[in-house]
Amino acid sequence: MDPRTTVINERLKRINRIIAVSSGKGGVGKSLVATTLVLALARRGCKVGLFDLDFTSPSTHLILGVKDAQPKEEKGLVPPVVEGLTYMSLVYFSGNQAAPLRGADVSNAFIELLSVTQWGELDFLVIDMPPSIGDAMLDVVRLVERIEFLIVTTPSRLAFETVRKQVRLLQDLKVPIIGVLENMKMDGAKGIEQGTEKLGVKFLAGVPFDPKVEEAIGDVTKLRDTLLAQRIREVATNSIK
Amino acid sequence: MHEWALAEAVITAAQQIAEKEKLKEIREVTIKVGMLQQVEEDILSFALSKLKPANFQNAEFYISKAETTLKCRVCGHAWLFIKNKLDETIAEAIHFVPEVAHAYIKCPRCGSPDFEISKGRGVWLENIKGVR
Repeated sequence: MDPRTTVINERLKRINRIIAVSSGKGGVGKSLVATTLVLALARRGCKVGLFDLDFTSPSTHLILGVKDAQPKEEKGLVPPVVEGLTYMSLVYFSGNQAAPLRGADVSNAFIELLSVTQWGELDFLVIDMPPSIGDAMLDVVRLVERIEFLIVTTPSRLAFETVRKQVRLLQDLKVPIIGVLENMKMDGAKGIEQGTEKLGVKFLAGVPFDPKVEEAIGDVTKLRDTLLAQRIREVATNSIK
Repeated sequence: MHEWALAEAVITAAQQIAEKEKLKEIREVTIKVGMLQQVEEDILSFALSKLKPANFQNAEFYISKAETTLKCRVCGHAWLFIKNKLDETIAEAIHFVPEVAHAYIKCPRCGSPDFEISKGRGVWLENIKGVR
């Protein structure tokens, strides 16, 4: 028997809410939304953690400009605090090498990190999910009690079609969904908002495409000034208590 | 010290089995440790002895090491993991998360990083014995 899964919820028990920022589709801005969401919650005075679960293409360390941080070994792994966030990522171990992991390896690495990471007491833990509705999403649903999803889409009908399926799947699995956020909006179209409401899920916000976000990667001060961060702060205030 | 977290997982899992099997007292716990994770046996053993609850007080923990076999998914070549061939920093990264082996190890025959860890990955609870 694999003993690791038995301690996962013990490790997470001092965390008030655990939110997976997810999308069935890639390239919709999940990592930026997850990072700005954690920064917004930290600014509110909450104790927050960020866990980058996109093992094959991690990017939150680049967004945050993480350089030399490393976890400490103390009856497990204690993640470092970066920009006020307790921050865990596979990049501490894989460095700048490609980590070509298949589904079973992703599951195993996820279980390993969940079972040995000592998060301590947090108000919120945000998990930056990899795209797709495959192994990682199913593992999070299976292993993390009290998980809630915040789903990101773009105005593209292609992205929303996958998100629609993802919402239906999570609803079938009775997993709470905080809402759907429309990122990189180019105009005032209401299609995604209406589509989300038809699914019986809250439409959180439409975030206009902001070219300044790219310049702000690696610089948290600049990132906090972007339109994206401003909108995410409003979402945090209105929808995440 | 990462071994403490693994020891806690072993005790919790054994406790769950004991409850399920209605065992009042645990006498023997057999654990297999895959060489890929390079768990320090002494630390694991010490952590287990310190963490054991009341119904484990007379329990013996038997820890055995299992060789790690890696098998290439491209050419089918199978080989044994040998820690000494790795840089210390890389060995330590693999100790914490064995899957990062895919970032550093390649098939010695064809050079592919697409291999499976067929045997001997990490800590495995093999068996427990107790009295009802």
